[in-house]
Amino acid sequence: MAYKIKASDCTACGACEAECPNNAISFKKGAYAINADMCTECKGQFSSPQCASVCPADCCVPA
Amino acid sequence: MANVISLDSILGVGELKAAAEAPPAAASGCASSSCGSSDGPADMAPEVWEKVKNHPCYSEEAHHYFARMHVAVAPACNIQCNYCNRKYDCSNESRPGVVSEKLTPDQALRKIMAVAKEIPQLSVIGIAGPGDSLAAGGKNTFKTFEMLAKKAPDLKLCLSTNGLALPDHVDTIANYNIDHVTITINMVDPEVGQHIYPWIFHDHKRWTGLDAAKILHERQMLGLEMLTSRGILVKVNSVMIPGINDEHLMDVNKAVKSRGAFLHNIMPLISDPAHGTHFGLTGQRGPTAQELKVLQDQCEGGAKLMRHCRQCRADAVGLLGEDRGSEFTIDQIEAMGEVEYDQEAARTYREHVEGERAGRHAAKAAAQADVAETVGTEAQPILIAVATKGGERINEHFGHAKEFQIYEVGPKGAKFVGHRRVDQYCEGGSGDEDALGGVLSAINDCTAVFVAKIGGCPSTSLKDAGIEPVDRFAFEYIEESALTYFKDYAERLGQGAINAREGQDAVIRTGAFTARRA
Ligand code: SF4
Ligand code: SF4
Ligand code: SF4
Repeated sequence: MAYKIKASDCTACGACEAECPNNAISFKKGAYAINADMCTECKGQFSSPQCASVCPADCCVPA
Repeated sequence: MANVISLDSILGVGELKAAAEAPPAAASGCASSSCGSSDGPADMAPEVWEKVKNHPCYSEEAHHYFARMHVAVAPACNIQCNYCNRKYDCSNESRPGVVSEKLTPDQALRKIMAVAKEIPQLSVIGIAGPGDSLAAGGKNTFKTFEMLAKKAPDLKLCLSTNGLALPDHVDTIANYNIDHVTITINMVDPEVGQHIYPWIFHDHKRWTGLDAAKILHERQMLGLEMLTSRGILVKVNSVMIPGINDEHLMDVNKAVKSRGAFLHNIMPLISDPAHGTHFGLTGQRGPTAQELKVLQDQCEGGAKLMRHCRQCRADAVGLLGEDRGSEFTIDQIEAMGEVEYDQEAARTYREHVEGERAGRHAAKAAAQADVAETVGTEAQPILIAVATKGGERINEHFGHAKEFQIYEVGPKGAKFVGHRRVDQYCEGGSGDEDALGGVLSAINDCTAVFVAKIGGCPSTSLKDAGIEPVDRFAFEYIEESALTYFKDYAERLGQGAINAREGQDAVIRTGAFTARRA
């Protein structure tokens, strides 16, 4: 299970990258993307997926 | 590369030579401004004056002489405001859709070096978004300041924040010698706050409603106290939202004053459905110029007010009334190659301003005393619109003005009370008639408009609208001229030659400020 970024809504602000506890998010080829292999949905770490909680465009969603 | 503002042109000296009909500026004396951010060295502790005297936002006087530059290195934010749609960047400190480029700290540094070389008036580097300068750990913000402090130690550092993350970073701010911090505080009561902030992200959670507003409020007050107790100057920005926090801002003014804020800057809400903000879409209006001024006047006596804020974009470059950001895009800067930092031009300029200032403070006081004596203290103050491009002088042609500075002049002296943008009218290509109508509605609460020069047609229209066009003070100092005019005006009023102007309300123009100096 993992989260993904809906690229069409993303403002490329980078807020999610700074919050991800697993460094699953990075800026590649002009867009932010979540590496599904590293994403844990923040389970066991936080009460909610951090990227989705901070994203101003609500574009971090379950993959 | 576009032309550089020369020292001459900003001080009006260049124009003096060119415009033969203009008499040399005789400093006829003037009032010391009695209020707020226009305070001079006599009104504050010497160490505070040292910090603010060259900062265009913290000293009204300095804003006639010095330029600031924002670098857009902080796109992330940690709260959502109803007046902001981050698809188009923050509409508060930075206008919607107008951060042309987000910069990495390295790019920011290169840009600063390039601008410093072109604009010797540059004294302040600020980080104001486009998100929050302290969100995402403030990483880019502090990285930029760290490099800058090494390369150009004479530039002042300045940052703006919504305050949520502020308490975590106060020590770092103090370590980097950041003397000036702006906190945007729109409420001191969560009941009010819940209508402004739909959510915040704090302590790994998204909070909404009253809880969100309560946490934000507590963090803002804590951050403010921590900063002021360390001697860091704090400016508080508030967005005036009619029907939501307009009267409440008087409480905000008191609350921030009691916690040591240096300056309070009440700004009008910018709201337009096209910006896609919550307020824009729900039809929440912004205040009129008169509503804004009334509120500012009511706050007088509390925390000092800033009235010369231009609500600059997060990548603004230049004097406050202008934006030369488009001259310094990443591509243009890359093309310049390595630019070495040269302090010499800036130092010469600062010394020049210093010399000019000493005489000015005395001259203003003398003129004010003169008016108080001849006019008495009973006369009602009037508003005067001024066409200027800096240097505290009336040195702009009516038709070229992108904005008018508004001065209130009366027995208590002349003081800067605001500015009105008219740039859209001049550049819109909408025809001269419309352009003029727009200018008239922007300054229709003024008795006179001071210009360096004006054509016959607009002159007639102004008179018809009851605004006297005045070009006899061309290239002279604004405040001295305003007092001289007021003396004469009071006399004519006394003789019944003219009538006092009925109060009218002017329209605040908003939108991306794109005007550049011609
Ligand atoms: S859900 Fe959590 S782990 Fe996955 S990308 Fe978002 S912040 Fe990182
Ligand atoms: S927080 Fe949202 S908008 Fe910002 S970069 Fe991440 S996905 Fe994009
Ligand atoms: S937005 Fe206001 S406070 Fe900020 S730089 Fe512009 S004038 Fe100064």
